[in-house]
Amino acid sequence: MKDSKFKILVNGLITENPIFVLTLGMCPTLATSTSAINGMSMGLATLFVLVGSNVVVSMLKNIIPDKVRIPAYVMVIATFVSVIEMLIHAYFPALYESLGIFIPLIVVNCIVLGRAEAFASRNTVFRSALDGIGMGLGFTLAITLLGVARELLGTGKAFGFIVFPDQYGALLFVLAPGAFIVLGYLIAIMNKLIRPLTPKGE
Amino acid sequence: MTYILIFISAIFVNNIVLSQFLGICPFLGISKKINTAVGMTGAVAFVMTISTIITYIIQKTILHPFDIEFLRTITFILVIAALVQLVEIILKKVSPALYQALGVYLPLITTNCIILGVALLVIKKDFNLVQSVVYAISTALGFGLALVLFAGIREQLSMIKLPKGMDGIPAALITAGLLAMAFMGFTGIVK
Amino acid sequence: MKKLSSNFLNMVSVLSGIAVLAAFTLSFVYSITKIPIHNSQTFKLESAIRAVLPPFDHFDSKPVQMKDGVEVMKVYKAYNKNNTFVGAAVEATSNNGYKGPINVLVGFDKQGVIVDYVVLDQNETPGLGSKMMNWFKTRRGNQNIVGKNPSIANLSVNKDGGEVDAITAATISSRAFLFAIRNAYFAFESNLETTSGISTVQADTHKVLKEKIFKVNNVEKKGEKQ
Repeated sequence: MKDSKFKILVNGLITENPIFVLTLGMCPTLATSTSAINGMSMGLATLFVLVGSNVVVSMLKNIIPDKVRIPAYVMVIATFVSVIEMLIHAYFPALYESLGIFIPLIVVNCIVLGRAEAFASRNTVFRSALDGIGMGLGFTLAITLLGVARELLGTGKAFGFIVFPDQYGALLFVLAPGAFIVLGYLIAIMNKLIRPLTPKGE
Repeated sequence: MTYILIFISAIFVNNIVLSQFLGICPFLGISKKINTAVGMTGAVAFVMTISTIITYIIQKTILHPFDIEFLRTITFILVIAALVQLVEIILKKVSPALYQALGVYLPLITTNCIILGVALLVIKKDFNLVQSVVYAISTALGFGLALVLFAGIREQLSMIKLPKGMDGIPAALITAGLLAMAFMGFTGIVK
Repeated sequence: MKKLSSNFLNMVSVLSGIAVLAAFTLSFVYSITKIPIHNSQTFKLESAIRAVLPPFDHFDSKPVQMKDGVEVMKVYKAYNKNNTFVGAAVEATSNNGYKGPINVLVGFDKQGVIVDYVVLDQNETPGLGSKMMNWFKTRRGNQNIVGKNPSIANLSVNKDGGEVDAITAATISSRAFLFAIRNAYFAFESNLETTSGISTVQADTHKVLKEKIFKVNNVEKKGEKQ
C-alpha cells in the first residue's frame, strides 16, 4: 500500500499521461499551446481545478446518491472553474484574454470529470488529491512541451527567449494545422518511449 | 447578408474543429466510420440549436439583468446536461426511429465542448437571437463537414500499414493537420 | 459511513445543497475579484492612452462618442495641468480585417500629427497581419505612419494610391488598419472645436471633411455597408 501513493503520482505524469497516453482533453491542448507560456498557464489552471474537484468529490462521495452523481460532480467542477476564471481575470488580465473561452471550457475537459468519476469517487481524500496533482502535472507537462515545440518551430523562441531568428521559423506551427501535426508527432515519439515501460496485458 | 456571412464563415473559414479546436474528442473518437459521423452530427445539431436558444434567453433575461454573470459557466453546463437528458427521454417516447439513430450519441454530448463553447461564443460575439441560431446550425454543419471528410480519409487510412508508433491517434492527428491546412485556404473568402 | 440511497428526497436535497454552496462560494470570490477586475480594465485603458500621447496630466474619462454608420469612435481628450488641450487618443475600429474587426487606439497631438498607436484587439493571421502592432511605427521604407498628419499625408496603402507600404503579404490587414487610422483622424478632427457639452456629433454634418479624408477609399466604404 505504501509505495502505491508514489505510484498514483507518477501514474498521471507518465504511464497514464492524460494527453500522450489517454488522449483526453485535446481541445484546450491544441488551442492554447500556441506558446509555451500559454500552454503552461492552461495546464496550471486545469491542475487547480483537478485537485480541487477531486478533493471535494472524494469528501462528498458518501452523501451523493448514485443517480445524481454526474450533475453533482459537474456542479463542483463548474464552481472551481468559475473561481479560477475570476482569479485569472482579476490578477492576470493579459492571460485571461489570450486563453479566452478556453478557461470556462475546462468544465467540459474530459480529464476532470473522468478523474472525479473514475478515481475520486472511490478513494480517500488524500489519495484523490495526489491523483489530481499527478494528472494535473502530467497534463501541464504535456501541454507545455507542445507549446515549447510549436513556439520554437514557429517563431524561434522558447518561453519568449530567442533561440534562433524568427525568419527561419515556420509560421505554420503556430497556426491551427501545426497544432495537430506537432501533437501527432509528439504522441508518436511518446508511444515509442513509453510503451516499453508499461507492463504488457494492461 | 450578415446571416450568409455567419453561415459561410462558421462552416469554412472558422471551422469549429479545424481552426477553433472545439469538439476534438468526438472528432478523433467517432470518426472511424462515415455512418457514425453523420449520426453524431445530427445529434449535435439538434442539441446545440436548442441549447443555444435556451442559454441565450437565460443570459439575456436572468444573468445579465441581475448582474450575476459570474454564475454563467455553472448555469450553462447544468442547462446543457439537463437538456441532453430531457431530449433523450422525449425522443424515446415521441420518435423511436430518431432515438434509434441519435440515441447512442446523446450521452456523449454533455462533455462535448462544442455545445458549451457555442453557447459562450454567441454571447462573446454579441449576436442577437436569430444570428445565434444561424451560428449554432452552421457550426454544427461545419462540425459535420469536418467529421465526414475526416471519417472518409480514416476509412482509407485504416487499410494502410503504418509504423507501430504512428498507428492510431498520431496518424489521425497528422491527417487532421493536413485537413486544417486545406481549410486555411478558405480564409479571406469572407472579407 | 454508508452511501445515501437514491431516493427522491435525498437526490433533491443533496443537489440543492451543493448548488447553494456553489453559489455562495462564487459570490464570495466575485466580491473579492470585482474591484481588481474593474481596476485592471481601467488601468489598461489609461496606460494605453498614456502610451500613445505626449505627456499629459489628466484626460476625459468619459469619451466623446461618435457613430459613423457601422463603427463607433471614442475620443479621449487629454489636458495639461492648467487645462490646455494636449491632444487626443481615439479608439477606432475597422470591420474590414482578414479575420474580424481590428481595434486601434491612436494618439494625435493638437495639430493632428500621429504621436503613436496601439492595437487593442485584432485576430489577424499571426506572423502576417498581426505584424501591424509594430509595422507602422518602424522606420523602414515608407511603412511608418508616426509623425504624419492624415490631413496632409495620404495614409492608405500604395496599391490604392496612398503613400504607406503595406505589410508584406497582408494587404487586406494593412488596408483595414489604415482605414481605422483615417476613421480615428476623422473623429479627432470633427471633435476638435466642439465644446465638452456636446457628446455626440452627427456624421452627416461633416460630410465635406470626411470626403476629403476618404477620397481614396470609396470602394472600401461601400463594401462594408452591405
